[in-house]
Amino acid sequence: MEGIFKINGEDKKFFFNSRAILLDVLRENGYTEVKDGCREGECGACVVILDGKLVNSCQVFAASAIGKDIKTVKGLGDIHSPHLIQTAFVESGAVQCGFCTPGMVLAAYHLLKQNSDPTEDEIKRALDGNLCRCTGYVKIIDAVKMAAKKMRKNG
Amino acid sequence: MDKYLNIGKSVKKIDATSLVTGAEKFTSDFKFENTLYIVILYSPHSHAEIMNIDTTKAENIEGVVDILHYKNVPRVLHTTAGQGYPEPSPYDTYLFDKKVRFVGDRVALVAANTKEAAVQAKDKIKVDYKVLTPLYNPEKAMENSAQQIHEDDEYAKIPVKYRPDINLAAEVEITLGDIKKGFQKADFIEEHIYRTQYASHCAIEPHAAASFFDERGRLVIISSTQVPFHVRRIVSSVLSIPAGMIRVIKPRIGGGFGGKQEVFLEPLVSLVTWRNKRPAKIILSRKEVFVSSRTRHPTRIRMKTGVENDGTITSLEMDGLMNAGAYGSHSLTVLSNIGAKVLPIFNKIENIHFIGRSVYTNLPIGGAYRGYGATQGYFAFNQHMDIIARKTNQDILEFFKRWHIQEGETSNVFKALGEGKEGVDQIIKSCKLDECIDRGAAAINWYNKRGKRIKSGKDRVKGVGMAVAMQGSGIPKIDMGSASMKMNEDGSFNLLVGATDLGTGSDTILAQIASEVLRIPVEKIIILSSDTDLTPFDVGAYASSTTYVSGSAVEKCARKIAEQIINVASNILKSKKENLLLDMGKVIDIRDKKAVSFEEISLYSLYEQDQFQIQSQASHVSSESPPPFIAQFVEVEVDIKTGRIYVIKFVSAVDCGQPIHPKLVEGQVEGSVVNGISYALWEDYLFDSKGRMTNNRFWDYKIYTATDIPEIETIVVSSYEETGPFGAKSVGEIAINGPAPAIANAIYDATGVRLFDIPFTPEKVYKKIKEAGRT
Ligand code: FES
Ligand code: FES
Repeated sequence: MEGIFKINGEDKKFFFNSRAILLDVLRENGYTEVKDGCREGECGACVVILDGKLVNSCQVFAASAIGKDIKTVKGLGDIHSPHLIQTAFVESGAVQCGFCTPGMVLAAYHLLKQNSDPTEDEIKRALDGNLCRCTGYVKIIDAVKMAAKKMRKNG
Repeated sequence: MDKYLNIGKSVKKIDATSLVTGAEKFTSDFKFENTLYIVILYSPHSHAEIMNIDTTKAENIEGVVDILHYKNVPRVLHTTAGQGYPEPSPYDTYLFDKKVRFVGDRVALVAANTKEAAVQAKDKIKVDYKVLTPLYNPEKAMENSAQQIHEDDEYAKIPVKYRPDINLAAEVEITLGDIKKGFQKADFIEEHIYRTQYASHCAIEPHAAASFFDERGRLVIISSTQVPFHVRRIVSSVLSIPAGMIRVIKPRIGGGFGGKQEVFLEPLVSLVTWRNKRPAKIILSRKEVFVSSRTRHPTRIRMKTGVENDGTITSLEMDGLMNAGAYGSHSLTVLSNIGAKVLPIFNKIENIHFIGRSVYTNLPIGGAYRGYGATQGYFAFNQHMDIIARKTNQDILEFFKRWHIQEGETSNVFKALGEGKEGVDQIIKSCKLDECIDRGAAAINWYNKRGKRIKSGKDRVKGVGMAVAMQGSGIPKIDMGSASMKMNEDGSFNLLVGATDLGTGSDTILAQIASEVLRIPVEKIIILSSDTDLTPFDVGAYASSTTYVSGSAVEKCARKIAEQIINVASNILKSKKENLLLDMGKVIDIRDKKAVSFEEISLYSLYEQDQFQIQSQASHVSSESPPPFIAQFVEVEVDIKTGRIYVIKFVSAVDCGQPIHPKLVEGQVEGSVVNGISYALWEDYLFDSKGRMTNNRFWDYKIYTATDIPEIETIVVSSYEETGPFGAKSVGEIAINGPAPAIANAIYDATGVRLFDIPFTPEKVYKKIKEAGRT
């Protein structure tokens, strides 16, 4: 089947199998920043923001996302002008292998959109669906705190 | 003024911005036209002979291009362990064998135009098995009646004991002093058995490999590997393809932790590409990673000590039995490290007997895993010492300080026991373990908590525990790293290294070392790593070697470059070389302050006079392996009604020499600690009666998430290791050793109950507490 998706602000038309999951359709069409870590809805590496909601794209049929607004980590910023959350991750030392990072950044973005001054517990809960085996989460939590502070400063 | 420009500074990690913006590529992100997708058919039986394979039906599925199994692949014995040559692991593996040895062993592969077709075809392969008696209990593996798992013609590449006829994958033994006499001298004997379980590395990126022919018909392999050069060597020998025809590239990799020090997918993709002249790709599912990649070896360690009433240990016997699983990958060296990385820390014990055996079973394959045997050994050691200190009424901190190895000292064990063979003698040149103990204790508020059994709720009681450890920095006289470098006309430098950054940040560390020698900002170093065509050799990322071994190669290489720069500058400035100094991209004459910039030097050398390329290369092998040291402290809360353990705070104080990049050092420690706690409390492989792993998904193999972590504090105690680059030692593995024993000791402190088996699940803890009548 085919469908149009709004990905990072651009309309894109893809052809895919009716049973295809969104994760695969995105990755096959070049959005490899969406990572595949388990395909079971357990690791959060495949997270995207779908119509404002944080979802594991491995748990979503592509067909059900037709016409919807999808944001990947590339939609926040790029190497030339990274988003403030992305910079906070870099500065806090929150990026080791970087495989969990796109998902973590989106989870942080989603949290900070709703809550500009989260407590440590709120941060931890917001990241609960995202596994990281490298960092022990310490510096990722630091990064979210730093990002929140910066965002509040910037209004 | 700061002595260093870049060392000891948490500079921006070189790939951090590109990773955080999703720009970097991992193996599975590479896309090729006309790719063949590979899926593997695994054995449903623990132990069976394959009587026949019929692929007719599978071949008829549209899109299926190739099916490989024992009948049509090269039959070459090898080891999948990505180690130096000759590998210390036994040659006991074929690409596909006529026999399967665990549920999850590979039987065949299908290569098809789509993944769907490959999966469909895989299910249509008909295999006739003759089921054999399985062997699950490592303690029974060497009994006469036990089923033989491996064949008599399999062999070890180096002269070590290897006996497939009795399921013995490896054995090591050392005796120092007179163990009997020591026991006779003792006032009492303390003997216990400690057990550790299977665990998965759980790198968030599943293993993946891809291959294709380049324009000139050379085979290119892209792989999520820790050991690109070993991949080239092993693929070359298993498939009889000249190494010169093969190029291995490691792109970004999503964590390794030892799990990717294993060459088991690359030969498969390569063979498919070779036969079909098409790109091929394989990406393991999470389930496959759990069951069919590699694991942490389970162990049973018996510690027996003769002890005098003042705590003097007169004799120490350590008897390790390791479950190798179905194949012997790393089974000798992990086994050796149970003793080799642990025993030297108490170097004053004169009488030592270490015996270790690795045995085959029909269960998943063990392999390299961060800590590499030291984790298992320290679990036994640290609990055992806690028991002795308590029995002899000693403060455990003072006890450790009294007995641990100090600067200027050595241990007989260094020489007697290396990785699978004799080791290398060394004198400890840096050890700040006392300071680690003191600072860690202060951070956890040790003396106000130890032995206090503070009640923190109706059914909750708190306790503190601690553990110490040392590791190594590379494998001495074996591990080699190398680097090459050249200067560009703007005063930037290309640095090429074989070293493999797994996400640890070693690319950044190595750039820091080079830039420090040349006294330039890190950004002036353009690093490229892990491409067997472009970069010089390196053994790869394991044994905590990269900073220490590869870093030394980079330092040497940069010093040669500095010398060439000075030579050119002295021609330009007409100054004596000994008066010239490098400083922030310039060479300055300290007497008349005349200066010439790197840019001018480079342009001069390339275009003006006596033209040449400022460039250099260097290799490094270390003659020793200076251990980093760590003291780790934990406060736990035990719910005596449910057996649940809550870790409240975890402190690590680590001496890793001069930290090159403090944030990355902390990152290594924090990641290890959380993995270690998760291992201590939760992680385990569960098997049904048929040897099938039943919890092969993150749903029921739980690992720690952000909400589970306690307060974590990391103290970097700086020291200076004179043999390391700018005083550095290693830090990649050590911190995973302490959590399990420290938590066990803390549970005892809180409840008086000892747990000798990891993981400390609520059921186990509750049962013990109940037995002790403490509920
Ligand atoms: S890949 Fe979707 S949650 Fe792991
Ligand atoms: S940084 Fe490697 S998994 Fe999170």
